Amino acid sequence: MGPGASPNLRTDPSREGESVRKLDGQHHPGLEVGAGIVVGVTVRLGGGQGFYGDGRAPLDDLLASGVDYLVCEALAELTLAILQKDRLRDEALGYTRDLPLYVAAAVPYLVDGRTRFITNAGGINPIAAGRAVIDGLRGAGISGLKVATVVGDDVRPHAATLGLPDDTLFANAYLGARPIVDALDAGAHIVICGRVADASLFLAPLVHEFGWGWDDWDRLAAGVTVGHLMECSGQVTGGNYSGDWWNNSDPLRVGFPIGECEPDGSFVLTKPAGTGGRVSFDTVREQLLYEVHDPSAYLNPDVTANLAAVRLEDLGGDRVRVFGAAGTAAPETYKGLVCTPAGFAGEARVAYSWPDAEAKARAAVAYLRGRADIIGMEVEEWSEEYFGVNGFGGPTVGADIDHDPAEVIARLAWRCATKEEATKLVFEGGLLGLSGPPMISQADRLRGGRPTQLLGVDAIAVPREVVDGQVRVEVTEV
Amino acid sequence: MWRMAEIQLRDLCGVRSGDKGDISDLTLFADDDAGFAAICEAVTVERVKQHFGDLVRGEVVRYEVANVWGLKFVMQGALGGGGPRSLRADNLGKTLGGALLRMRIDVPDEVAAAAPRNGRRAPLS
Repeated sequence: MGPGASPNLRTDPSREGESVRKLDGQHHPGLEVGAGIVVGVTVRLGGGQGFYGDGRAPLDDLLASGVDYLVCEALAELTLAILQKDRLRDEALGYTRDLPLYVAAAVPYLVDGRTRFITNAGGINPIAAGRAVIDGLRGAGISGLKVATVVGDDVRPHAATLGLPDDTLFANAYLGARPIVDALDAGAHIVICGRVADASLFLAPLVHEFGWGWDDWDRLAAGVTVGHLMECSGQVTGGNYSGDWWNNSDPLRVGFPIGECEPDGSFVLTKPAGTGGRVSFDTVREQLLYEVHDPSAYLNPDVTANLAAVRLEDLGGDRVRVFGAAGTAAPETYKGLVCTPAGFAGEARVAYSWPDAEAKARAAVAYLRGRADIIGMEVEEWSEEYFGVNGFGGPTVGADIDHDPAEVIARLAWRCATKEEATKLVFEGGLLGLSGPPMISQADRLRGGRPTQLLGVDAIAVPREVVDGQVRVEVTEV
Repeated sequence: MWRMAEIQLRDLCGVRSGDKGDISDLTLFADDDAGFAAICEAVTVERVKQHFGDLVRGEVVRYEVANVWGLKFVMQGALGGGGPRSLRADNLGKTLGGALLRMRIDVPDEVAAAAPRNGRRAPLS
């Protein structure tokens, strides 16, 4: 389905002439298939991860379904902040710690040449990540695999040029697909990067396989489109779907996305046979526009993609054909993110039952804030939320508000300049237990409520010459 | 003159919201040309700013994305300072899409009557 001249086309899911790849890792364009139909070579990408902490259960189905590339996207905007804290504790950390588990799942397929593995799980320390993977492979007695590490996204060495604040915790540019293509051209089975634009992780194998030119804007835009659709794993296969999500099949065995990509840039978005979830016009379009800002100019390091030109054709059977992406030249600068400390947050949660639950919850919050005043605590910002009333919707709840719900959880959060300051109020809630409003309960079993560090993450423009000169690809054979 | 009916966006549209820094980026999805025309007419930048009140402190830009019947809103200053800086429980604004679906708009009678999501509710099973 979709707008346009013949939008509601539904065709048989069994495509004539399924294209093939031999399992020797070599390409055989124009190979003859069974009934004598000659087809081009389809490259199958698998989206194996959408963030650091994603579930790994769908990996087995994805790998078993036969993907030429397993691509794992591990870095949300704030993930580098988590990894930075790891590296401050231990120089050998700073990459996502579950990376070895992904490698272990993929190894049987890497060893026999069926699949190659690309990830940005190197985080803030791709060299250490590469070393850990290499050590792990050698420790398991595996040989004959090439592991590539891509470095050069860290722009702190150029702090003066870029005007970075003195207290910068990390500053990284989003690299494009080129160094990954270099690694694949060098025969790498595993490519470990740090900060790379999410979609570029998927674009790279297509450039490597199809030989697209770096000024073939429409093809590059198509590669960014498939990458953008797949980078959030289950979010394109029925996850977070706002329609009739309850009709998704088998949520216990949700399938992660597969992109069946053609040399002309068109592709079919699907998922492994027999898995749950859903791939439809609706689930694909929700992801198509996710977090892209101006859809007619989706900025990427390799191309500016026009997603407003993309056409979706629901083929049925959890298959959506995607075509028509258009591109123009990439932006003149790389996007970067700069992270700086932004104080400490404390938090208290307290729950009350009907009757008058909201009034009780508000009285408890007023008590806590009053205690902060009395002990002279210096608070820079407060946040009050009343779950069960309008904790998420705030003013949008309007006339729908229920002032006498079955229960209300109050959440009070505060920001202070130091951890010590933010800790003070943690010890002030005790009186609510026996001497506050009636019918109080814990909202969770999280004891302590230790303050956490807040971080500012700001986008900057990074001149290309600052980054391009320091990007390196190191290939090690185990 | 069209006869108009009031409808809540939840009965007319899908939605997905995401984040970049302190920006909330959310898109409404209509199910046909008439539904798309109706939300383009009724869900203006001004209505959205008014709807979100204090939750959104910055500029709001709207994009009409006809190829997928999408109406996108990019809202600055919408996440309490941005994911790792925000004091909000929903620091990434994943719930703001739902908050927008609460809006009520006037649409032509036949658009309300034809809306496939109208009255569709998740079973409690």
